[in-house]
Amino acid sequence: MKLQKSTLLALCSALEFAAQPGRQVSMAEIAQKYGASPHHLAKVLGKLRRARLVTAARGSGGGYRFSGNAKRVTLLDVIALFERIGAAPAPRAPRRELERALDQVLAEIDETARATFGSITLETMLKLARRRRA
Amino acid sequence: MIHLNKIRAARRRDLAQVVEIDARITGLRKPAYWAGILRRYGGRDPGRFFLVCVQGDRVQGYVVGEVRDWEFGSPPCGWVFGIGVRPETRLRGTGTRLLDAICESFRGRGVDKVRTLLPRDNALVLAFFRSQGMMAAAFTALERDL
Repeated sequence: MKLQKSTLLALCSALEFAAQPGRQVSMAEIAQKYGASPHHLAKVLGKLRRARLVTAARGSGGGYRFSGNAKRVTLLDVIALFERIGAAPAPRAPRRELERALDQVLAEIDETARATFGSITLETMLKLARRRRA
Repeated sequence: MIHLNKIRAARRRDLAQVVEIDARITGLRKPAYWAGILRRYGGRDPGRFFLVCVQGDRVQGYVVGEVRDWEFGSPPCGWVFGIGVRPETRLRGTGTRLLDAICESFRGRGVDKVRTLLPRDNALVLAFFRSQGMMAAAFTALERDL
């Protein structure tokens, strides 16, 4: 399973902000940590801001602060801002029997991926990371 | 008088409340099923557990599970196959306490792994088990129409 670069950056950023809910984290800090270009990161954070997961503060002490509910926001909520998991294939007619059977297996994989991402909240993900560190 | 939550083995007088909690969650009343669960899991079998979290006489939640040996090719492990908490008392740690209690009972039977199985569209309960540190097991559930 591979996610797009923007999606991964959004997930890491959201988790960084959620891990420090009271603190404003600068864009430069995230960009440096994840080796992202400021331009790319700005676009990603813009989407998180529009989804009201983060709020931005301007000025020298500015940065981003987490504004969602880490116990409620799931990985799928963040991923869905950037890409669709299990997007239906473009309709092509006529579909052959083997293609339809393959579609069924691919749909099964997509459903499992969606259920996994949809069941893991940001808080659970942070707990998992803490356990791995310990 | 303040009643603190307590976890204990389910009793016959708890059954009506367990049926009510389950019905509120699933939309189905299953009194015969729960009577059977109490008979099979509320007795003296040391590997079977039917626990309730109570505040005074009020049941806040329940959990059911057992230790199974070598099923599905797995070494003995604990299985949780039912957990429910009154919707209005969620997010107060009742589910966590019930799961902790049954895991402790499993440990007492010498197992070091707990498993469960649930529909993948049950996001609420999936998220709960995930929050308790449970990860995808190395098993895949399969089915077909008969």
